[in-house]
Amino acid sequence: MLGPNGAGKTTLVEMIEGIQHPDEGEIFIEGKQWKNHQHELHQLIGLSLQETRFMDKLTAYETMRLFASFYKLDSRRVDEVFKLIGLEEKKKSYVNNLSGGQRQRLALGVAVLNKPKILLLDEPTTGLDPNARREIWNILLDLKKEHNTSLLLTSHYMEEAEYLCDRIVIMDQGTILSEGSLEEILKIGGHHSLDELFITLTGRHIYE
Amino acid sequence: MNRITNHQLYRLIFAHLAEIIREPAVLFWGIVFPILMAWGLGIAFTQKGETHLKMAIVKTITASDTLKETKLAVYLLANGTKKDSTYSIVLKNEKLGDVSLTFFETSWANAYTMLKKGQVSLIVEDKPADTKYHFDPASAEAKTTYQLVSNLSAYGAIFYNANQSTIEPLTLKGTRYVDFLIPGLLAMGIMMSCTWGISYTIIDRRSKKLLRRMVATPMRKSNFLLALITARFTMNVVEGVLLFLFAWLYFGTSVQGSWPALIVLFLAGNIAFSGISILISSHTSNPEVGNGLINALVTPMMVMSGIFFSYHNFPDWTIPIIQYLPLTMIADSFRSIFNEGAGFIDVWREALVLTSVGVVCFVSGLKIFKWY
Repeated sequence: MLGPNGAGKTTLVEMIEGIQHPDEGEIFIEGKQWKNHQHELHQLIGLSLQETRFMDKLTAYETMRLFASFYKLDSRRVDEVFKLIGLEEKKKSYVNNLSGGQRQRLALGVAVLNKPKILLLDEPTTGLDPNARREIWNILLDLKKEHNTSLLLTSHYMEEAEYLCDRIVIMDQGTILSEGSLEEILKIGGHHSLDELFITLTGRHIYE
Repeated sequence: MNRITNHQLYRLIFAHLAEIIREPAVLFWGIVFPILMAWGLGIAFTQKGETHLKMAIVKTITASDTLKETKLAVYLLANGTKKDSTYSIVLKNEKLGDVSLTFFETSWANAYTMLKKGQVSLIVEDKPADTKYHFDPASAEAKTTYQLVSNLSAYGAIFYNANQSTIEPLTLKGTRYVDFLIPGLLAMGIMMSCTWGISYTIIDRRSKKLLRRMVATPMRKSNFLLALITARFTMNVVEGVLLFLFAWLYFGTSVQGSWPALIVLFLAGNIAFSGISILISSHTSNPEVGNGLINALVTPMMVMSGIFFSYHNFPDWTIPIIQYLPLTMIADSFRSIFNEGAGFIDVWREALVLTSVGVVCFVSGLKIFKWY
């Protein structure tokens, strides 16, 4: 889901996550709704919110153990996840001593603890430098290919969408402007890049 | 798989405790500061030996006066000491303790400045034939000083030493200021620790979107709050025990009443303030609003509940209200157990009311609690 700040990406994602409730319409995940299937859906999805701050004085490992306990998982799963997100050497660091990229990887690790079939990530790389961003991308690609996880992520980085996504939804001011694979949505207006397409659709750059 | 260390309640309590223990400032304000306060106030208000009272003396001699020295100054010169422009005299009394009076000779303007700054509580206008006293009758210290100086001027220092045999100093346990103070500080510790520790933590985590992240997992919401309360209660026990140990070793404070009653009341106090804390933090996600809410709750009780000084100085009509404030109930019951030998039978009503307040606040707080 691609769109500028204020496009409504977070609202939509949080409705899918069951945190906000839609004014109208219904949301089904694998045929289930939040109202009656809270427990099953919690097991099914993993998520990372925009700007979550974990407890400063817990170590990365303790944070992961805490969230693992909510899913009744033990330390073996926690160790697996640390390997997956490549943060093993930072296990004993306090959260407030982690860099932005490391915190995002921790948030991602927390999100995948329960081996979710669907992973919802709200701006997983916002504010990160290109290196840190690429590290996250590689973890996400790994999850997608090796672990067969469905990813739904919001972003305002065109290249993130191009690199990671099979389907792209372009949003602005609460409405969906275009939807399809990268090739499909570019083909419609004969555009060469998502940037170009976005300007045609909204009359401005995405980062404005 | 079922080890207790994997259980969410265990992990939540561990997380909350770790957050408290790993913050040195929290330990200072929670443990060291109350002990320092007990020590400072205990020392300041249970001093033995001499009392020091200070006043300004302004000499007024007009041209028509035949005597060229003022009345009190003559007496002070003869019976006390004078250094530069300061007169001193010590009133002796074995049973009451000695009182040292210091008079700073100065001008009217300077005397008023000294009074405003609290350096003196009384201005003595000393004339050759008589002496006048200028002071605020509402100030107890000024009144005492006035009584002493006017008697000194009228009868001489001997007045203070008369009727020794009519004074029987009380050495009963539980009558010192520090005996009044320590139970109050214990009660206040519960209130402060719960309100700031629980309310502020909840509001802070809500503002950092951590609550939102946590309830997006299968975590049981009640476990989160239960863990927060348990961690805080554990800290309150540690804080309370250390404060008591200090008071016991340093001031010889002891519990004359029933220990089980004290423990039940301590628990009830914690339940009351934990519930209240959950209720006041159930909605806001703005730490500054939270700050205001907590202060609005805590400050009036700190002033009115008689932690440092008896609330019987407040107007009569306020007393029944003050007595039903949660903090007053804890402090009063603690005091009756510490100093009056009260047992469970004397404090069970308070324990019951406090527990009910806590449970009602907790349940209503949970009903309107905003996790997102």
